Amino acid sequence: MINFSLLPFFVALPLFSALILNLIEKKPGYAYIVALGTTFLLSVLALLSPIATGTYYVGGYGSFAGITMMMDPFSRIILIMVQVLVFLASWYSIGYMKHYTRKSRYFAFVLLMLAGMNGMILTQDFFNLYVFIEIATLASYVLVAYGGRSYELEASFKYLVLGSISSLFILMGIALLYSQTAALNMVIVAQRLDISHPITWLIIVLFAAGFGLKSALFPFHSWLPDAHSSAPAPISAILSGVLIKSVGIYVILRFFFNIIGPEYAPLVLISWLGAISSLVGVILAMGQHDIKRLLACHSVSQVGYIFIGIGLGSIWGLMGAILHMINHSAFKSLLFLNAGSIEHATGERDFFNMGGLKKRMPWTNITSFIGFSAIGGIPPLNGFWSKLILIYACIHANQLLLALIIATVAIMTLTLFPKIQKYVFLGELPDKYHHVKEVPWSMIAPMLVLSAFCIGLGSIFVVPAWREAILIPAINVLLNGSWFEAISYVP
Amino acid sequence: MIYALCILLFLLGLYGALVKKNLIKIIISLAMMNHAVNLFFILLAYRKNGIAPIISSQENASMLASTSVDPLPQALVLTSVVIGLGVTALMVALAIRLYHSYGTFDITKIRKLRG
Repeated sequence: MINFSLLPFFVALPLFSALILNLIEKKPGYAYIVALGTTFLLSVLALLSPIATGTYYVGGYGSFAGITMMMDPFSRIILIMVQVLVFLASWYSIGYMKHYTRKSRYFAFVLLMLAGMNGMILTQDFFNLYVFIEIATLASYVLVAYGGRSYELEASFKYLVLGSISSLFILMGIALLYSQTAALNMVIVAQRLDISHPITWLIIVLFAAGFGLKSALFPFHSWLPDAHSSAPAPISAILSGVLIKSVGIYVILRFFFNIIGPEYAPLVLISWLGAISSLVGVILAMGQHDIKRLLACHSVSQVGYIFIGIGLGSIWGLMGAILHMINHSAFKSLLFLNAGSIEHATGERDFFNMGGLKKRMPWTNITSFIGFSAIGGIPPLNGFWSKLILIYACIHANQLLLALIIATVAIMTLTLFPKIQKYVFLGELPDKYHHVKEVPWSMIAPMLVLSAFCIGLGSIFVVPAWREAILIPAINVLLNGSWFEAISYVP
Repeated sequence: MIYALCILLFLLGLYGALVKKNLIKIIISLAMMNHAVNLFFILLAYRKNGIAPIISSQENASMLASTSVDPLPQALVLTSVVIGLGVTALMVALAIRLYHSYGTFDITKIRKLRG
């Protein structure tokens, strides 16, 4: 069994590998081995980690003076999600990045982003959280602009301006938190924070604006379609699949449920902003004819779903939100990888110009069919279960209008994706695509693994033993404050 | 009063970042916001007639804590300044590349992406 003294490896190992990758820049063959080896090792470490709460005191200073890292059943879910997805995306990158130069630099940035995400998932110190958010997002700004074409630079600049504004909101919030509590450790802050003080409301507003911008909640969603569609496909998969969830939604959940407590958090506002962003996202997606841009717009609506679940604040709502986070990271990254394969094979992203690729790219056809069915909510696949739980949670909380919005958006999503499947894979093959070949196996294999996730992940909810072992402890961490009992060591 | 001036500087930076059309002016506005936050953070630790937080042989820790300034925000702001430098450098690099490919710094003319 792996114990909690290995927690710093989740940050240290990718940082170290990023350094190595910069040193062996002349030999891309080794770069693949280092990047894949690191991410695979971290996935195994995360999967073998125990379902329990444990802390690691960096430098042995205790939780008052030093930085603590903590893993509990909730952060474990997000941690596993991040490691596995970054591993699959780096595997896919071997084939996809063939036409790009400086591959080892690319993998170094991917690992920096991974180190930042792992650090912010595990850390318990507010300022450390800010530093890791900046590491993760700075790497992501560079990776969005990685192709160096003009629209990629433009998307990256837009993302960079809004991203740094949100980071500064967060830093301002942290400064005010420090002024209120004279502590930065999250547990001590939670114990000392005076909810009735007006400054606390300012902190809540600053954090909600900052992390809402990072996770593309409704009034702040405008950067997401540009940034996520302009990046290379594996990076789009990481950004949409895990970065907006770990940087935005994870911290919002932690802050609202563990630090200020669900009874004081502005949950009604969050659920309605989520409802609006789910509608806006799907309406934006309906007008697109660029596959990646459509998928990116649709991410806005799925983030809205997750926020509806969070805003309900009940057991069912949180279960739906957490399950939808896991499911969305599986199917949306699968679809981004599919879009990348199509772009890699044909050099085209506008699906009105395609057709008949079914015979030419059989594997991509099958995986994208599975991905589209999952995102549309066809019953045995994973998307169906999380949407069902979310609708049930709304009815259970007597929010019938929210349930209606979720159902409407689900139906609009269902109309969206057969359209792509039809235009890309069915119909006549245009003459210019007679040379098109299926992408290499290094790109097909990660897509097959993700399709297996899309088929199988519903079982986390459906199998009662797994639900009790994985989802229920995570919800307990958020709702029952069991987070604080684990920390008794305050010297 | 001085806190209000910090917030004013922050809001001025925010206004500039959202309203200005020139890439360089946007970058300067963001740097201004960053400095406003840093200044705010460092002011939280300020104490009138406070001494430097270095412990000497004559005094113990609690005496020091009641007379010195708080050293923690200074350490944090040092980190934050370095992060701000990284962000600004990346923004300037992107602005140079944007100028090479579009031939302008005007953000209204840099729009190949729709909506």
